[in-house]
Amino acid sequence: MSSTLPISALPAGTPAPSFTLPATPDQKVSLEDLRGRPVILAFYPADWSPVCGDQMALYNEILPMFHRAGAQLVGISVDGVWCHAAFAEQRKLHFPLLADFEPKGAVARSYGVYREADGICDRALFVIDAHGVIRWSYVSPLGINPGADGILDALDQLAAPSPIQENKS
Amino acid sequence: MSKLSIPVGPTDHAEGRLDAPVTLVEYGDYECPYCGEAYPVMKAVQEIMGDKLRFVFRNFPITELHPHALRAAQLAEAAASVGQFWLAHDMLYAHQNALMDVDLMRYGSAVGVNALALREAFDGRFDPKIESDFMGGVRSGVNGTPTLFINGVRYDGPRDVDSLVEALNQVAQFALARA
Repeated sequence: MSSTLPISALPAGTPAPSFTLPATPDQKVSLEDLRGRPVILAFYPADWSPVCGDQMALYNEILPMFHRAGAQLVGISVDGVWCHAAFAEQRKLHFPLLADFEPKGAVARSYGVYREADGICDRALFVIDAHGVIRWSYVSPLGINPGADGILDALDQLAAPSPIQENKS
Repeated sequence: MSKLSIPVGPTDHAEGRLDAPVTLVEYGDYECPYCGEAYPVMKAVQEIMGDKLRFVFRNFPITELHPHALRAAQLAEAAASVGQFWLAHDMLYAHQNALMDVDLMRYGSAVGVNALALREAFDGRFDPKIESDFMGGVRSGVNGTPTLFINGVRYDGPRDVDSLVEALNQVAQFALARA
């Protein structure tokens, strides 16, 4: 992690800051573990947003579209692992939620998406390529779920320049 | 600003005049309580706007949260195949708390979809249409249900009758002034 923290969301072209965060009470996930395939980092303010339009529930539903693009999705908020576990179980989420809990918001800070005054992270999206470089980032107004069109467009662009390896069927 | 990536076309379920100056597209889920709340609002808005508005409904079932949403959509599509989409759509939203298979069979027979046709729908006969609605929605920035588009632009404002009518009238005036 660099010594100076970015003041706004890291833009495309920036190497993605590495991190290791707990995904469950006894499991940690590092960005390095996810190398080799595109990664979608979805920072969000809090578990238990009280609407069906919940961003994580939406991404859960369209997970197959992300997987088809070869990408892995992780959600990140400052909620703790037990909170994440309860939330993931209740919403039947099929992707990891990472706890940026201690030191609070450190990873969000390193990506320039921590809201100091509120003590939560922004609703921010990063698409990272297989080599660990940020290729697209976007910060949505806190109350507005950004949807997934921007992520899918970014993944299309990642896939565009190099020939896609396809399984023979 | 998210835009509708699939223009409204002949495969859509639409109410109102084809040449209406403003088109409101709703991406909805039959089991979503917020869509249920929006349902009478949409009816009131259609009533007030009259010939100025065309209303389109597209499927966006969040099946992981709503276990009955897909089958409800399958019933509505089966009803569409016998020309009764809106009757089924209205019946589903009017009875959102009763969407078990037995309920859907009852609604089916009420709108002219017999048990065999409903079985075919449950087996996936109309799933390509439902999936294409869903994927088109995702590509357009649908971010939950209901998501509304007014003349192709996502509407993130308040969903009460007055706010919607005001927003629709603004767009209608603009469209009419340009015509």
